[in-house]
Amino acid sequence: MDGFFTALLQHAFLQTAVATALLASIGCGIMGTYVVVKRIAFIAGGIAHSVLGGMGAAVYFGFEPLHGALPAAIAAALLIGWVRLHWHAQEDTLISALWAIGMAVGVLFIAKAPGYQANLMSYLFGNILLVPRESLWFMIALDLILLATVAAYHRQFLAVVFDEEFARLRGVPVGFFYLLLLVLVAVTVVLLIQVVGLILVLALLTLPAAVAGHYVHSLGRMMLIATLLGAALSIAGLALSYGPDLPAGPTIILLVGGVYVLSAMLAQILDRRRARVAAARGTWQGETGEQ
Amino acid sequence: MKPAVDIHALNFSYGSVPTLSGIDLQVKEGEFLGIVGPNAGGKSTLLKLILGLLKPQSGHINVLGQTPCAASRLLGYVPQYPSFARDFPISVEQVVQLGRLGLDRNSGQRNGKWHTLWPGRVSGADREAIRHSLAEVEAGDIAKRQIGSLSGGQLQRVLLARALGGEPRILILDEPTANIDQRMESEIFDLLKALNARMTILVVSHDVAYISRYVSRVACINRTLVCHNTDAIDGNAIQELYGEQVRMIAHSH
Repeated sequence: MDGFFTALLQHAFLQTAVATALLASIGCGIMGTYVVVKRIAFIAGGIAHSVLGGMGAAVYFGFEPLHGALPAAIAAALLIGWVRLHWHAQEDTLISALWAIGMAVGVLFIAKAPGYQANLMSYLFGNILLVPRESLWFMIALDLILLATVAAYHRQFLAVVFDEEFARLRGVPVGFFYLLLLVLVAVTVVLLIQVVGLILVLALLTLPAAVAGHYVHSLGRMMLIATLLGAALSIAGLALSYGPDLPAGPTIILLVGGVYVLSAMLAQILDRRRARVAAARGTWQGETGEQ
Repeated sequence: MKPAVDIHALNFSYGSVPTLSGIDLQVKEGEFLGIVGPNAGGKSTLLKLILGLLKPQSGHINVLGQTPCAASRLLGYVPQYPSFARDFPISVEQVVQLGRLGLDRNSGQRNGKWHTLWPGRVSGADREAIRHSLAEVEAGDIAKRQIGSLSGGQLQRVLLARALGGEPRILILDEPTANIDQRMESEIFDLLKALNARMTILVVSHDVAYISRYVSRVACINRTLVCHNTDAIDGNAIQELYGEQVRMIAHSH
């Protein structure tokens, strides 16, 4: 780990990697919280995987893969959101179909891409060490869009993720805000793909927010803690992977996954203890006849 | 005066089986209407049609002189089964605050259709109204609690406060006392009786004998609808509604 921090001072690519991790964790904390409380991890997974279609097409036509990823993610979000809102039968099957079709399209495009054969693995599993410095501006712009939209519409988003039926009765255009939420999830997915690739995105999107949800009970606090946790864990994963020259993405995910499993167990133990204490207090009150 | 709710020749079915047929119903402003009937008789469906959450296959519904969808912000709804997860990280205050959506944050007036597209913050007037709604349902002391930690009766009060937050002209409740004990049941109905002084109330219940002490009129729904004034509910009316098998026990409270 010491080696990592010395190297960080010397190498620009490591500094870019750390900046990427920090920028990605903002999206992961904010949108991950919505994904966890709204229970749309499966939909987020569908968006993340169909992005390969867009990246493949961009490579085939000679664009930057990231520039294909953003429109593909937004298109997938709108399509999946539309299915969820209007196609009530077999919504999960349809989402799985889009998930797989997107990936198949991507693989075909990449296989037939002329000239330089792009490395499929780096899209699937990400390579945070190869993020070009110019991408940081792109990521800053995406983060600003996320922050501004959520700051403006947090009340409407809360209404839609908490109780769609009631939000509709209050005149909130539920379809519009639901789709907007999915588009922001899509933007976040594109941010996170840089760090861990599109297969592992789901873990970085949901697990820090889920861990935060074990300990705090408001959306705002979940977002803050998930952002800090995401940042700390992805930089720690990067540092751990640096010495033994492991791929950074999977190392980060294993670290996040490990923290999640431990936290879930701890939360379970705390819950049981709280229930035991409450039950004991109940007996005591019963005996003394207090309310 | 225009009726608060005016339903004419309404038919609705979920699939091939008709749920409601030939419904005619007029509810006057200021009325306290009880809606009773057997399970799966169409009580909740009728409420959802009035709220504009479902669309009828045929017939007309008019709510406060408008279509149900246009009028929905003038209505307060307390559902039987809340459509949210009980472990959602949200406080009682925030739940009630969502009832204020669609109202202008300073004047409390209802705004145009696109009002909810504007970025909005919770204003001082909103906070005052939230406090007031919670106090009205006697839930002021649990404002900071998580909804997951509430008892069934407390949650019911919070849902009622959320509905009142929108300053409704018609309050619509679906089995508001299904999951709570009897003492709390009478507290809630006493509260509704008081609220009836300033708004029309429609309440679905399975307990015709109980609500007949509070409501001014009872609508009996079992696919079709028959109305009774509360003084006219007797064994015949109940048997007609539920069929022959009902065992009736004469009791007075």
